[in-house]
Amino acid sequence: MNALVSPNALQGTLRPILSARSVSRYYGERIGCAGVSFDLWPGEVLGIVGESGSGKSTLLRCLSGIDRPDAGEVLFEATPGADFLDIFDLPEQDRRHLMRTAWGIVHQNPRDGLRMDVSAGGNVGERLMDRGDRHYGRIREAATEWLTRVEIEAARIDDRPRQFSGGMQQRLQIARVLVSNPRLVFMDEPTGGLDVSVQARLLDLLRVLVRDLGLAAIIVTHDLAVARLLTDRLIVMKDGRVVEAGLTDQVLDDPQHAYTQLLTSAVLAV
Amino acid sequence: MSDQPEMIRVEAVSKTFTLHNQGGVHLPVFRDVNFSVRAGEVLVLAGASGAGKSSLLRILYGNYLPSGGRIEIRHDGAMVDIASALPRTILEVRRRTLGFVSQFLRVIPRVSALDIVRDPLLARGVEPAEATERAGTMLARLNLPERLWSLAPATFSGGEQQRVNIARSFVDPSPVMLIDEPTASLDARNRDVVVELIAEARSRGSAIVGIFHDESVRERVATRWLDITHFRAAADAA
Repeated sequence: MNALVSPNALQGTLRPILSARSVSRYYGERIGCAGVSFDLWPGEVLGIVGESGSGKSTLLRCLSGIDRPDAGEVLFEATPGADFLDIFDLPEQDRRHLMRTAWGIVHQNPRDGLRMDVSAGGNVGERLMDRGDRHYGRIREAATEWLTRVEIEAARIDDRPRQFSGGMQQRLQIARVLVSNPRLVFMDEPTGGLDVSVQARLLDLLRVLVRDLGLAAIIVTHDLAVARLLTDRLIVMKDGRVVEAGLTDQVLDDPQHAYTQLLTSAVLAV
Repeated sequence: MSDQPEMIRVEAVSKTFTLHNQGGVHLPVFRDVNFSVRAGEVLVLAGASGAGKSSLLRILYGNYLPSGGRIEIRHDGAMVDIASALPRTILEVRRRTLGFVSQFLRVIPRVSALDIVRDPLLARGVEPAEATERAGTMLARLNLPERLWSLAPATFSGGEQQRVNIARSFVDPSPVMLIDEPTASLDARNRDVVVELIAEARSRGSAIVGIFHDESVRERVATRWLDITHFRAAADAA
């Protein structure tokens, strides 16, 4: 009874869903990100924080398959129990397919994630068609359900995103991403550019969805309050490198690195 | 008590804060702290303000990193060292074994008082209907008017927020509970309720470590005392 078990033994048979190994990307002489390694487990929400220019968006672009790293690997378990795939070893077409089906990417600017000239219902339904769904009635039903879930009235299903407010566009983008039931979601400053009251609503929605769906997610944010509310673990980046990593509340309440101490003391209250 | 299992075992724990942006100053808090707590015990931390009682409690929760030592918590029948465990292990230990009761409620936008109290039950797999009923019973016991239950506590008074927080913590007491000044802004009637809740958690076998500003509360709940001033002296001398 008193045996001390290795903390890792508690993980049982579970494996990481994503594993970054020494991911590096350079812009000429300049470091985008360098030597970033971590494992992400199913159901875990990882935050990447740091100031603008710290390399967090570069890292996210590599992890999510948008940009190829100059060195290192991004390994992904596409379905539970499947072998790890090095996503940059895949042919371009397979990687794109993976990005549309097993992953979701929520962009900071909803215009980058939505088709502005397609109806709200079409934006959501398109992801199901990518997956091979062809039954119009079922697609429309699923789209309606997801619009309601992100608090957009079903009556607006035929409106185009440009008729929506910024907060609604962002919620629509989230519905478009989550409808295909991804295993892993990437979010780049999901509340950036929104009014504070709109942010609060979106944050609460994200918090509930992430918990209810048991999603694994990687969220890039410069807002430590957002990180505290949504993430389990944090990576703190400076000049392209990870300077500190750990449990979110521990990193924010007892930061060890000089840069993290500076970040956490620069905000009024998180 | 000695036939009860050890739930917390603290070995040689020390803490020094290093403030990198203030000239790298080192602030030693305590050194070589050792104690253990068995199921059914309430260990009250004593020592003057600034002695490091809250820091110690936060270290036990994994919220502060110790500078050295081990913090073992019994989880699923085995001891897990919080000081070296992976974040996801700590989260799992917190979800099912280790609870922290602070004097402050962290308000989440738009989430009602009832949902805040229900949340730990849902996270442990209790059916929603039962969770709602138990959450309501607990809020009623802490004398929070029913008309407030469906509101988000952002606009509540300090005492009301504190009672929501206590309800959340005691609606399903954890096997190990860390309690930091739970009665700071409560009236005598609600203080008595908190004392009862602590006694009930203890009789259910929870191991409790607490800081209580109020002397009468302290006297009523403590089964043992630990004065941490003496560990502080060790840190200052080093």
